[in-house]
Amino acid sequence: MGNTNGNPDVRLMKGNEALAEAALRAGMKAYFGYPITPQSEVLEYLTAHGPEHPEVVILQAESEVAAINMIYGASGAGARVMITSSSPGISLMMEGISYMASAQLPALIVNVQRGGPGLGTIQPSQGDYFQAVKGGGHGDYRLIVLAPASVQEMVDHVFEGFRLSEKYRNPAMILADGALGQMMEKVVLPPAGSLAPPDFAWATSGKSSTRDRNVVTSLFIQPERMEQINLALQAKYRTIEEAEVRCESIGMDDADVALVAFGLTSRICQKTMELARAKGIKVGLIRPITLFPFPYTVVRSYVDRVEAFLTVEMNAGQMVEDVRLAVEGNRPVHFTGRMGGMIPTPEEILAKVETIVHQPAKA
Amino acid sequence: MIRGTIVVAQDICKACELCIAACPQDCLELSPNLNIKGYHYVQLKNDTCTGCVNCAIVCPDSAITVYRQAKKPKAA
Amino acid sequence: MENTFIPVGMEVVYKKPQTLTDTPMHYCPGCGHGVIHKILMEVIDEMGIQSETIGVAPVGCSVFAYDYMNVDMQEAAHGRASAVATGVKRVRPDKFVYSYQGDGDLAAIGTGETIHTVNRGENILMLFVNNGIYGMTGGQMAPTSLLGMKTSTSPFGREASTMGYPLKITELVAQLPGAYYVTRQSVHTTANVRKLKKAIEASFRYQKEKKGTCFIEVVSNCPSGWKMTPIEANEWLEKNMFPYYPLGDLKAPK
Repeated sequence: MGNTNGNPDVRLMKGNEALAEAALRAGMKAYFGYPITPQSEVLEYLTAHGPEHPEVVILQAESEVAAINMIYGASGAGARVMITSSSPGISLMMEGISYMASAQLPALIVNVQRGGPGLGTIQPSQGDYFQAVKGGGHGDYRLIVLAPASVQEMVDHVFEGFRLSEKYRNPAMILADGALGQMMEKVVLPPAGSLAPPDFAWATSGKSSTRDRNVVTSLFIQPERMEQINLALQAKYRTIEEAEVRCESIGMDDADVALVAFGLTSRICQKTMELARAKGIKVGLIRPITLFPFPYTVVRSYVDRVEAFLTVEMNAGQMVEDVRLAVEGNRPVHFTGRMGGMIPTPEEILAKVETIVHQPAKA
Repeated sequence: MIRGTIVVAQDICKACELCIAACPQDCLELSPNLNIKGYHYVQLKNDTCTGCVNCAIVCPDSAITVYRQAKKPKAA
Repeated sequence: MENTFIPVGMEVVYKKPQTLTDTPMHYCPGCGHGVIHKILMEVIDEMGIQSETIGVAPVGCSVFAYDYMNVDMQEAAHGRASAVATGVKRVRPDKFVYSYQGDGDLAAIGTGETIHTVNRGENILMLFVNNGIYGMTGGQMAPTSLLGMKTSTSPFGREASTMGYPLKITELVAQLPGAYYVTRQSVHTTANVRKLKKAIEASFRYQKEKKGTCFIEVVSNCPSGWKMTPIEANEWLEKNMFPYYPLGDLKAPK
């Protein structure tokens, strides 16, 4: 798209549309989707630009359940695949996601979260942290979870998500929210072709006479075999935990209070930092970029340097449990958040900071 | 002259008897012997087999191979 | 396992297709699945398309189909075989793709996927084995169980007022414009097996010509679930299943 004459391809784009364009540039071969607010622009953008990419399969499925199983089939056949939805739709996909984790199928799954539970609201939320990070579907599995905080990261994480999911043969998820999907920002689009197409020897591409048949399955009926598969999956997750943690620390060198926030709330927390420092309160921010693997060691590294942690989320307190696991009781870990599609303000967060800073430790 | 015959993979046979029902020559029966799975596997009981392949076609376990008298090459 | 013995003066006229693996089948004695697997693989052998075929197995008795079918295969979640097959076919349009499902899989939990796959006219073969019961889980009532049929979850017989009617899903999909060839076959006699073979051959031919969805129902037995000998089961099939599920083409190209 568009000749940029060697200059960076800079656009003003909506998060959902930037993500869709990034997927095309990242060499996505198949997309199966189903409309749901606030992410329908992804399917709309892809169907509108489909004619420019005849090599890409773009199909509106009859349901999220069908869509995730189409993704399973296309990924199993060796294609680079993406699927997007929002919270209730992602819930419907959970069975398929568990199957894909077990069958070790790479795929990029995007959740543009909205407020819940239930049908909830169409406003932004981070209420699906547990679902994304702790499993969601049945069985012991993990997704690689990336948390973008800008439209630029909606783009960058598409490339990173494809790369990681194919490297580890594991589904990866971008855990965004309705605000990131709907907001418009400046974005630099990478050129097409920068991510090499996958070539999977395990894919069902038609059994040649020179190899045994390839079978994509998540059924291992003998418990001895099923345990071995589980052990192999766990070993893979440990490798990912060792190698793939991404985290950003801002203003943490002299901080007395560490805010911990991902995605949209991390941006709000940056404003809180400014307001707090203007009042002489030294506040820093730890922003996990990968939610699985969670940056436990980064959080732990600040335990002896801050008075307290304050986790800020658009939910009832989900990531705060991982922060507490990292801190292991050595410092107070507080939480503040809004739910149901409400977004916390910098001032609300600052007020919470003021209640916890320079407090004598409890006896 | 024997026109056809079969060979049964005895340890594969599950004694469902569908081949016996399908045989137009009534030349199959269950063996008094058991296979490793405990089934009375099927066997030929006479030499009337024509090699019609009906038994093998309906066999769910593909346990039957069918043979027929080779056609004599035509004189040149 | 291959039998290499050849009696003197004889030639082989029928043997297990080479695309069927040597793994002994787990199916109960007399079960139709084995015949259907064999015929499907026989067609793939004879058409020489083993390297170009990708199959999708269901959840149900045929969940282990990939142990027996020596082609690349994917194991789908319960009911979703046709969605998985859609994904495969869309990214591998030049391959022959088939799904293989039972009645609970295709006509209960997977009804939505079944209808929409056919409605899109996906260029795949959908093989549907209807024996009116959930075999794998131990003989529960299926969407296709006949009225009055006793199963472990309709112990006094299926009754329409509370359990609804046996679903003629094949009649339903035949109405859809995406369906190109819809037929109902059986494997209880040699002649019927041969007809099924012709139907499978035609379906792969139509698939190559990108004609649309080919849908083959095989009305089959479940001796264990029906609590009969295989021979009794096949008699019961003729007497009870065929009147409700009559054999023959429901939609065939002119």
